Amino acid sequence: MNFGFTEEQDLLRAELRKFLDQNASLEQVRKQVESPEGFSRPLWTRMAELGWVGLTIPETYGGVGMDFVTLVVVLEETGRTLFPSPLVSTVLAAKAIEKLGSAEQRQRWLPGLADGSRIGTLAVLEASDRLDPEGIELRGQPQGDGFVLTGEKRFVSDAGKADLFVVAFRTGDGAEDVGLAVVERDTSGVSADDQPSMDLTKRVGRLLLDGAAVDAGAILGEPGVAWPTLAWLLDVGAALVAAEMVGAGEGALRITTDFAKERVQFDALIGRFQGVKHPLAEMYVDIESYKSLVYYAAWALDQDSDDAPLAVSRAKAYASEALPRIGIDGVQLHGGVGYTWEYDIQLYLKRSKWARPAFGDADYHYERLAALGGL
Amino acid sequence: MDFEFTPEEEAFRGEVHKFLDENLPAEGGRDPASVAKWNKLVREKRWVGFSWPVEVGGGGGDIMQQVVLKEEMARRKAPPLGSCFMGLAWVGPAIIEYGTEEQKQKFIPDILDGKYQWCTGYSEPDSGSDLASLKCKAVRDGDHYVVNGQKIWTSIAMWSKWMILLVRTSANPDDKHDGITCLLVEMDSDGLEVRPIKNMAGGAMFAEVFFNDLRVPVENRLGDEGQGWRVTISALAHERSGIAEIHGLLRSLEAITELARTCRKNGKPAVEDPGIRRRLVKAGTRIEAMRLNGMRFLTKQLKGEKVGPETSINKLHRAALEIELGELALEIQGSAAPLMKGAADVPDDGRWQTFALSWPEVVIGGGTPNIQKNIIAERILGLPKD
Ligand SMILES: Cc1cc2nc3c(=O)[nH]c(=O)nc-3n(C[C@H](O)[C@H](O)[C@H](O)COP(=O)(O)OP(=O)(O)OC[C@H]3O[C@@H](n4cnc5c(N)ncnc54)[C@H](O)[C@@H]3O)c2cc1C
Repeated sequence: MNFGFTEEQDLLRAELRKFLDQNASLEQVRKQVESPEGFSRPLWTRMAELGWVGLTIPETYGGVGMDFVTLVVVLEETGRTLFPSPLVSTVLAAKAIEKLGSAEQRQRWLPGLADGSRIGTLAVLEASDRLDPEGIELRGQPQGDGFVLTGEKRFVSDAGKADLFVVAFRTGDGAEDVGLAVVERDTSGVSADDQPSMDLTKRVGRLLLDGAAVDAGAILGEPGVAWPTLAWLLDVGAALVAAEMVGAGEGALRITTDFAKERVQFDALIGRFQGVKHPLAEMYVDIESYKSLVYYAAWALDQDSDDAPLAVSRAKAYASEALPRIGIDGVQLHGGVGYTWEYDIQLYLKRSKWARPAFGDADYHYERLAALGGL
Repeated sequence: MDFEFTPEEEAFRGEVHKFLDENLPAEGGRDPASVAKWNKLVREKRWVGFSWPVEVGGGGGDIMQQVVLKEEMARRKAPPLGSCFMGLAWVGPAIIEYGTEEQKQKFIPDILDGKYQWCTGYSEPDSGSDLASLKCKAVRDGDHYVVNGQKIWTSIAMWSKWMILLVRTSANPDDKHDGITCLLVEMDSDGLEVRPIKNMAGGAMFAEVFFNDLRVPVENRLGDEGQGWRVTISALAHERSGIAEIHGLLRSLEAITELARTCRKNGKPAVEDPGIRRRLVKAGTRIEAMRLNGMRFLTKQLKGEKVGPETSINKLHRAALEIELGELALEIQGSAAPLMKGAADVPDDGRWQTFALSWPEVVIGGGTPNIQKNIIAERILGLPKD
């Protein structure tokens, strides 16, 4: 029994921390998000060289072949400094291709994703904002050996910079007649851009498909039977976002605690007042608790364990309730400076707004738990 | 990460299974005779005091074996391993660590055999959360200490033969923890009076205890004079996963979920009410978080690291859950909630009403949530003391 990390994973964490300390202080992060793409290309490339982008991509396709638990280590660290990068998006696109794609398709796309030269993302949600198969209404009209796609995908992570989109589309009227296609950005009829959004470290946008043709070579697996894999990808997405929420929670707690050890009022450090220290203790309790749930969820996904969906929903539900609270309490405990653009705590509050709905909020996941538990 | 047990641990689990299959008294038929038989059997197996050293009559079980044993016992709803609750939980460990050879021989076998109960005389009317401020006084007089003062909230004082008592033998203005001494006191001594206190659930399981020139032989002092504070903090290698409590909470949640299927709210089973559903799964999520937190503490322990203030995380969860589960069970019952045992229209014969009045045993009895938050804030986050 060992509910902890291996020595290699601890080493990886140390390396990442060093890398991020040097390159991604919150001051540096603020600069990075000002670029048109909202992140630093050179750092992304460097991360890819270090094997962190292709961490979970199989070695045969240029990756490192590690599991989700190892990726959690990376995401906790990137979450801590709100490091802007399309890592989660790219991992999910790669996992879709790895799980459903043919050897040829994997060879075509995975090496480019692993080496950081191309960015991928999942495009699932539509106007209905539903995470179930019924939410996927964008129709694929059969044409030749492939499909023509017309419609709009919303809330697509990294839409402005993704080179390829793994698009969920409807192939028929059956509830689960869902297919996945890899749509390259330069395909005719494709346009995508980022929309103005609250958390500047996470770009989100729209993908418009206007008669975009995809041939059989771009369809992942048999058309129309992709739902189980897509459902799994949504679980992976929820777990990975929750892993970043662990780091973000710790970052927010850290700067608020530091502030409470510096700020003096009524001739005392404010950290002496229980109205300050108790909310901080509660943050700690919540972060440690959803951390445990996230670790277990990643492990359960790695093991393909039957309780993986339950484990993921517990982790994401808990994190989605806790982190927004942490953001709000964090701002409040700073007093007036917490409301300024200049102080960093607001960045965490905004991250919580992005992370809460991503791959399902607490309402969604608690209700899913109720249904899975036979209530 | 790896949640597998070693072949040895699995073999031990098999042994526990086999024992339970053969010897577990049926849940309905737990009369005193079958429980006495159970106590004798588990004592012979050395599963009472399982983590204690073999030399004192314990089982010498390692941490993972403790986990396996507790887990299987809880899963099968077995009666407790041994019946001397406080003796097994903290009096025994303190005697093993600080006791003289004579004290060990005199007390440990009786604790393991469950011959009688121990009670705990720590809290006083003016010293609760701030326990180290205690004032109950003992003065040395030849071969005896003479004790005067009062204790309160002493659970099961009226049914106990011995008490572990904290008294003040000297005062150090710079450190109130200094000068506290630990005495082992026989309850039927002269100069000791027990007055039961009725609790809000209507029962009386704790008491006030008054000392009036009570004479305690010096040989019944545990540890050195003035070192009593240290004596009460056991360093024995107990597993810290809280497995047994988690199973208790899970069983309550299961029963409350059943209740939600049978009780109706707005014309439908309560379990279909969105608010109730949400609270049921949220409680389950919190229990699972406790279980996994426990696994992380355990992993630390197995690596030889100390587990200390972080156990307050699960104490806070448990406190919140004890209250929430009671509230949930009552709200599911709608207008039947204020009825009590014996009422015609109360579900489960009023079991949940009693449950909903019992949370203080955990929430207050084990150190209040405010104190747990102070521990986390000061000892983990490094915030200033208040
Ligand atoms: C069912 C039950 C069984 C018990 N059994 C025993 C027993 O067998 N032996 C024994 O010795 N004791 C026993 N106790 C006593 C128990 O340990 C105390 O009740 C507990 O430590 C709290 O002390 P108190 O009751 O004096 O409350 P107080 O310490 O007076 O607390 C009152 C309130 O003030 C808050 N408070 C106190 N200090 C602080 C602070 N620094 N910061 C913020 N808030 C604070 C508390 O959280 C609480 O809400 C038992 C109690 C109960 C309820």
